[in-house]
Amino acid sequence: MELLSNLALGFQTAISPLNLFYCFLGVLIGTLIGVLPGIGPVQTIAILLPATFALPPVTALIMLAGIYYGAQYGGSTTSILVNVPGEASSVVTCMDGYQMALQGRAGVALTIAALGSFVAGCFATLLLAVLAIPLSEVAFKFGPAEYFSLMVFGLIGSIVFASGSVIKAVGMVVLGLILGMVGTDITSGTHRFSFGIPELADGIGFVPLAMGLFGISEIIKSLERKEKREVLKSKIMGFWMSKKEIRAAAPAVARGTLTGSLLGILPGGGVILASFISYMLEKRISRDPQSFGKGNIRGVAAPESANNAASQTCFVPLLTLGIPSNVILAMMAGAMIIHGIQPGPRVISSNPSLFWGVIVSMWVGNLMLVILNLPLIGVWVKLLSVPYRLLYPAILLFCCIGIYSVNNNTFDIGLTAFFGLLGYTFAKLECEPAPLILGFVLGPMMEENLRRGMLLSRGDPSVFFTRPLSLAFLLMAFAMLIVIALPAIRRKREDAFHEEG
Amino acid sequence: MHIKRAKDFKAGLIFIFFGIGSAVFSGTYQIGTSARMGPGYFPFALGGVLAGLGLVIVLRSLSRGEGMRKARSFRAKPVVLVVSSVVLFGLLLRPLGLIFSTVILIIVSSMASDEFKKKEAILNAFVLLAIVLIIFVYFLKFQIPVWPSFLTGRI
Repeated sequence: MELLSNLALGFQTAISPLNLFYCFLGVLIGTLIGVLPGIGPVQTIAILLPATFALPPVTALIMLAGIYYGAQYGGSTTSILVNVPGEASSVVTCMDGYQMALQGRAGVALTIAALGSFVAGCFATLLLAVLAIPLSEVAFKFGPAEYFSLMVFGLIGSIVFASGSVIKAVGMVVLGLILGMVGTDITSGTHRFSFGIPELADGIGFVPLAMGLFGISEIIKSLERKEKREVLKSKIMGFWMSKKEIRAAAPAVARGTLTGSLLGILPGGGVILASFISYMLEKRISRDPQSFGKGNIRGVAAPESANNAASQTCFVPLLTLGIPSNVILAMMAGAMIIHGIQPGPRVISSNPSLFWGVIVSMWVGNLMLVILNLPLIGVWVKLLSVPYRLLYPAILLFCCIGIYSVNNNTFDIGLTAFFGLLGYTFAKLECEPAPLILGFVLGPMMEENLRRGMLLSRGDPSVFFTRPLSLAFLLMAFAMLIVIALPAIRRKREDAFHEEG
Repeated sequence: MHIKRAKDFKAGLIFIFFGIGSAVFSGTYQIGTSARMGPGYFPFALGGVLAGLGLVIVLRSLSRGEGMRKARSFRAKPVVLVVSSVVLFGLLLRPLGLIFSTVILIIVSSMASDEFKKKEAILNAFVLLAIVLIIFVYFLKFQIPVWPSFLTGRI
């Protein structure tokens, strides 16, 4: 019953005209950038973050969350119609979605992508509401040792889910942790690695780092590739699915939703992996695996449900434990802090209307997306015919203005260029940037908890192994490392990421 | 040397560089004891770990190769032009203002594309300039210098 009254409180917050409007704006912008390849939710949230300063915190978070899950919807449209993923999480949707479009079933593919996402979104919202309170109660029992071990677990998770060499991913995490140390040490006030540059005394900004590593280096990479984009010329029609198609797709949607919800909650996991794993699962259990890649509706239904479910359940660790599990959630954490809310178990009790309002807004937003997406497809198709050579300078410009406006300083623009160059170098050397970002965000928290834990135990490191929860996290982290080191699993993992590349 | 190894080799060198750098600079801050960690403790340890990882990667790259793998072609034009357009924007925003730096950013970065057309890029620059002025300056009221500082007299 408590759940119902909480959800009622959420509804009250979410359907106020102001919040409804910004939720709509968020999902609209999200779909738009989801449709456009080369610009993702990370850059968009970074650009719009300063613009949300004037809004109440709930409204700001509702809009930013809308951008995130809206982008998952939009990404599938591009995959299906153009065979170019609009977002990294819709890479797999290309395989069967575009084939369906070639067979003249683009309308059906778009419908199942939207409906699958909607079902998944509803389920994930409910799961988030059910899990939030018990998890945050567990979090209150956490001491510094538990937090430290949980973060180790999360970082190992990001390594497991990164593509490419494991040892290089570990290196990227450690490099991220070191970059997180830049700036004033909170305990002693010492300026670390600031080299006398006043702008570095507050540390490296998250926005320049993320925009450089993801935004700018991505643009350079796309310019190196010769990209061919052919928008489907034929008219898109026939949105209704046949009974046979519904029967085939429904179980796939259910499985995709479950897989996605589960992978979203895991630290370091996220939408990209969710869509891949659910696609492989469908192919594995199908009686006719040959039909995948040739326009099988399940190949669209499962990954699209999975990525949307994961994009919502990955809010669980942030809202209950205060630990962001991926780059976008790290941005959300940044947004909460800017608005004076410390993410963590206290949010539910101190800001119930914010917490439940954001959760319910996700459901409302999903409903809007279904209604919005199908009629607007014509507009998105027109947008896709804008050539990349006109688009990327615009992305660069919006990035630069966004970065400048965070702190009103031009040093951050230079820093972004530097990280763009670094990110491009790492991409050339096959080092994944995502673990670095997560290390960067968790670095200061990890150091603080390590220091506190060791201070309480008077310098005895065994505290991390004697407290049961802490030990459990470390054992899980260790188990994950062992599992990916096993040759059989390693080969599978490489295969999985091979399809991606 | 095989390409595949060369990638690991270079990545390892970058890690060693950052690791040693971190350890050396942390050494100049107070290290402290494990019960009372100073500001240098954690970064010093991380620097050591990173340098160690880098060393392992470098050594492995020398002994283990998986045969030739074609590296993706490297082209200097996109990197140089995109990065320098961003740097230029950063350098020129204060002295020249948003209007001039926007036009310069768009034109320099557009030249990075193989399908660069002069007229189209200039047109794009002015369309984007109008959008930026309307959204960021007029509606969102960002605190951003619009005109060159020698015209407004402000720095």
